[in-house]
Amino acid sequence: MDYNRLLSKTLGEIKPSGIRKFFGLVAEMKDVTALTVGEPDFVTPWHVREAAIEALEGGKTYYTANAGLNELRHAISEYMLRRFSLSYDPNSEVFVTVGGSEAIDIAMRAVINPGDEVIVPLPAFVCYEPIAKMAGANTVIINTKPENSFKLTTEELRAAITPKTKLLVLPYPNNPTGAILTKEELSALAEVLRGTDILVLADEIYAELTYGRTHTSIANIPGMQERTILISGFSKAYAMTGWRLGYICAPAPLLSEMLKLHQYAIMCAPTVSQFAAVEAMRNGDEDIALMRGEYNRRRILIHQGLKDIGIDSFMPEGAFYIYPNIGKFGLSSEEFCERLLYEERCAIVPGTAFGECGEGFARISYAYSVKHISEALEKIERFVKKLNV
Amino acid sequence: MEQMLKLIEEDATLTPAELAVMLSKEEGDIKKMIAELEEKGVILGRRAIIDWERAGKEQITALIEVKVMPQRDDGFDKIAERICQNPEIKSLHLMSGGFDFCVIIEGKTMKEVAFFVARKLATIDAVTATATHFVLKTYKDKGVIYGTPKKDMREALVL
Repeated sequence: MDYNRLLSKTLGEIKPSGIRKFFGLVAEMKDVTALTVGEPDFVTPWHVREAAIEALEGGKTYYTANAGLNELRHAISEYMLRRFSLSYDPNSEVFVTVGGSEAIDIAMRAVINPGDEVIVPLPAFVCYEPIAKMAGANTVIINTKPENSFKLTTEELRAAITPKTKLLVLPYPNNPTGAILTKEELSALAEVLRGTDILVLADEIYAELTYGRTHTSIANIPGMQERTILISGFSKAYAMTGWRLGYICAPAPLLSEMLKLHQYAIMCAPTVSQFAAVEAMRNGDEDIALMRGEYNRRRILIHQGLKDIGIDSFMPEGAFYIYPNIGKFGLSSEEFCERLLYEERCAIVPGTAFGECGEGFARISYAYSVKHISEALEKIERFVKKLNV
Repeated sequence: MEQMLKLIEEDATLTPAELAVMLSKEEGDIKKMIAELEEKGVILGRRAIIDWERAGKEQITALIEVKVMPQRDDGFDKIAERICQNPEIKSLHLMSGGFDFCVIIEGKTMKEVAFFVARKLATIDAVTATATHFVLKTYKDKGVIYGTPKKDMREALVL
């Protein structure tokens, strides 16, 4: 059979992720000190795992409501109010998804009509463009600039808006740059959006991992909650990646449509995970503080460590990535990372995996032990010394 | 200070330079702080945690409950100081409850430990009774779980 003729044309136009290819190389090699992984190195806190065990022992192996456990939706609503001063009705404005990824997918599919424009600031997590395209949208890319600390500016946003603009993706705290948006910066962006019909997809999965200042959501800015689809999850905040659990908070008329998609495609998120998540949200504040403190120390260590070997990077303020500028070594990002891998057995991700504007940069994850980071820094130092810049 | 203590309690090999970066302080200040804490007896030592069984060394650990008759003027302290002098004794705590001292001792064989109790511990005037419990297996000590360290099991995925 000629499968190519049978497959989706839209999907065919979507390229596989650049990180995938690089990870393929890494997987083939031994003794690699990798700083590539985008997930916490912590195990889910024991009391959360215990809640899951209890759920299993108690025979809680059934489906939950499509929108998720009533108890969990209430826990999320209470959590959003307690941690971020955001008020969402647990019955009509919150539902539980299979990770933030599902949330992004159904949020886009729920609002996009063919030909709509979706604004995606890059560098960013790799999924927004493909998902928007699959939903029939045209994507409008904004390449954020290092001199603005990779923050989306009002000028850039204004220039990208057309009458066809449906949705703005706001991925902060940002993977891969570690950039965040402050309340003032969000207010300025809100000023541009006010009075338009543009929706905001705020991917705030890293909201709990900010350093020095607490996270502000675009939904916190007056008049913005009504146009914001807020996406978050348990993976990063509570080290619960494998549980596959996220959630959406959005105005009821949007949420009920997304729920339709969710109920046909997914039915409901895993039940055991949901019981664990209730425990995490109710009694996990201390775990967050502990992990955040640990990431923060590593953040400072790796920033200084890179600086000491002559690699500049802007100080990340959120997530657990640093995004150093490797342009001065005269190699493309991909060359730099491949040679670092082959010559020193140290793996970092080329910045271009997160958009073309990532040329000259690389993503380094510091979700690793201090010893591991120090070892990697030694390897990077040996490598850049050879480059003789 | 507390933050630094927590860090080196977790990993004693962190250098003053590393600590300085992690705590946003000067290396010189960290060195000074450590010296002061050592002088005050807050930082008492730095040691590796070793699973001797895995290292192939025959060794036995015992927990001994000791009952004593406290002395008129010095209470328990004088007796404790005396018991502490034995290098075989790894830790000594004054306890609430059914006995007075909890002594942790290491020896080469069960016999050696038994002899130590009979000859050195039970013979102290103030000691009125002892009960020896041998450790069969250690699962966790000083916050560290014994066994092969877990490998990084995170898998590569698009993220």
